[in-house]
Amino acid sequence: MRILAIESSCDETAAAIVRDGKEVLSNIIATQIPVHQIYGGVVPEIASRCHLQNIAPTVEQALQQANMTFDDVDAIAVTAGPGLVGALLVGVSYAKALAYALQKPLIGVHHWQGHLCALQLEHDIEYPYLALVASGSHSGIVEVLSDNDFRLLGASLDDAAGEAFDKISRALGLGYPGGPAIQKAALLGDAAKISFPIAKTHDTYDFSFSGLKSAVLNHINQRRMRGEELTEQDKYDLAASAQEAICTALAEKTLLAAQTKGYSVIGVVGGVAANQLLRQKLADNKNGIRVIYPSPIFCTDNAAMIGAAAYNYYQRGEFADMSLNADPRKPIYFV
Amino acid sequence: MQYLTISADETMEIAQKLGEALPADSLLILNGDLGMGKTVFAKGLAAGLGITERITSPTFLLVQEYDGGRLPFCHMDAYRLEDCPVADLGLDDYWSSRGVCLIEWGELLSEILPESYTKIEIARLDDEHRVFTVSGEHEALIAELWKDFEYK
Repeated sequence: MRILAIESSCDETAAAIVRDGKEVLSNIIATQIPVHQIYGGVVPEIASRCHLQNIAPTVEQALQQANMTFDDVDAIAVTAGPGLVGALLVGVSYAKALAYALQKPLIGVHHWQGHLCALQLEHDIEYPYLALVASGSHSGIVEVLSDNDFRLLGASLDDAAGEAFDKISRALGLGYPGGPAIQKAALLGDAAKISFPIAKTHDTYDFSFSGLKSAVLNHINQRRMRGEELTEQDKYDLAASAQEAICTALAEKTLLAAQTKGYSVIGVVGGVAANQLLRQKLADNKNGIRVIYPSPIFCTDNAAMIGAAAYNYYQRGEFADMSLNADPRKPIYFV
Repeated sequence: MQYLTISADETMEIAQKLGEALPADSLLILNGDLGMGKTVFAKGLAAGLGITERITSPTFLLVQEYDGGRLPFCHMDAYRLEDCPVADLGLDDYWSSRGVCLIEWGELLSEILPESYTKIEIARLDDEHRVFTVSGEHEALIAELWKDFEYK
């Protein structure tokens, strides 16, 4: 069972061939990050245009690398939402046309189910497990009861974790995307230099990063108003201190949820899952909780994860027809 | 005209009143520093429009659209577009459609804004008190809706 999967929900045009939901035969990602960099983040209209340019060559490359032709494909899968409507439409229209022309089954995949299924590419998953989903657009803690049953325990009340990284990175002049930039700068900084607030969202598993972001920006502004220019070392220290606060918030809530609900495995997915400090903080638990991650290439938006999820859809007999539409606000986790 | 709120709850309240009354095809520009209550204002406005979905930050995707209310609601954050060429980004599509469009840091888009819009500036009086300065298209409507909050 070889599935051709397409992902175009945000700023990566991606195509992959995945066998039996597990074996990645090819995984091509045409990133648009350089195009969006001057805007400090994705711009919807530009993303749509780039997807249009990239999609056909990306799919072709995925087939080539897997040594396959369209005839060898058993099904076509595509991210149907949530994401940017114009960006999603490029992938959805392309996948529908392919499925129609080739007379192959079509599968519409939920982007976040894709992120969760990135775990099954490299791990043998036993349900239920607890997942921390952390990216630029969403942060949440989810109980994964089966491959199709998710319970959201908590989510960010304001900014997502990745967004907090982006905004702080921008203020420090470290560039976009913020997560990798902050992580790199933090290596040279002292995390204990400044103590930033960790939002206490008591009695819930929700996160809040807006206050932290404001605290960092206020700190920078106050320094500037006193006429003190930030030295490179100041920037590294601020990056380290901010990263410490974000990762502590994510790790504490996730470990608390695992402990309270009795989970022995935590899966961490989404772009922020690539952060080393977060991994370390989660691993440093005294309850013997095992923490699993996808490789970095499967943490960022990619189509292999969509191919993995699509295999589960296929097994369940969940197919889409030609009425499949992009759904930019598809409810998170619930199809 | 200027208006005063004494708490985040009151900011929510005036925004909600506005959301309940705004006509289709309304463009609001919301200016104010970090921590002024722009997010609270957006949440209130959405509630007034009858949107029950959680309002999350539009910064990462630049814009969030909500269809569940009385009118479509478009929530944009132009903050990261400072010093960027904005003419060719298709942003005007968002406010030339039927609904209500709220743009945080909208003044950064001045070169592409249409002639008619409502500008709301939020300034801080102290930790809790906020002064709202309103000008433009819906000035009269807002004067009626917010008359109990007038600041002289």
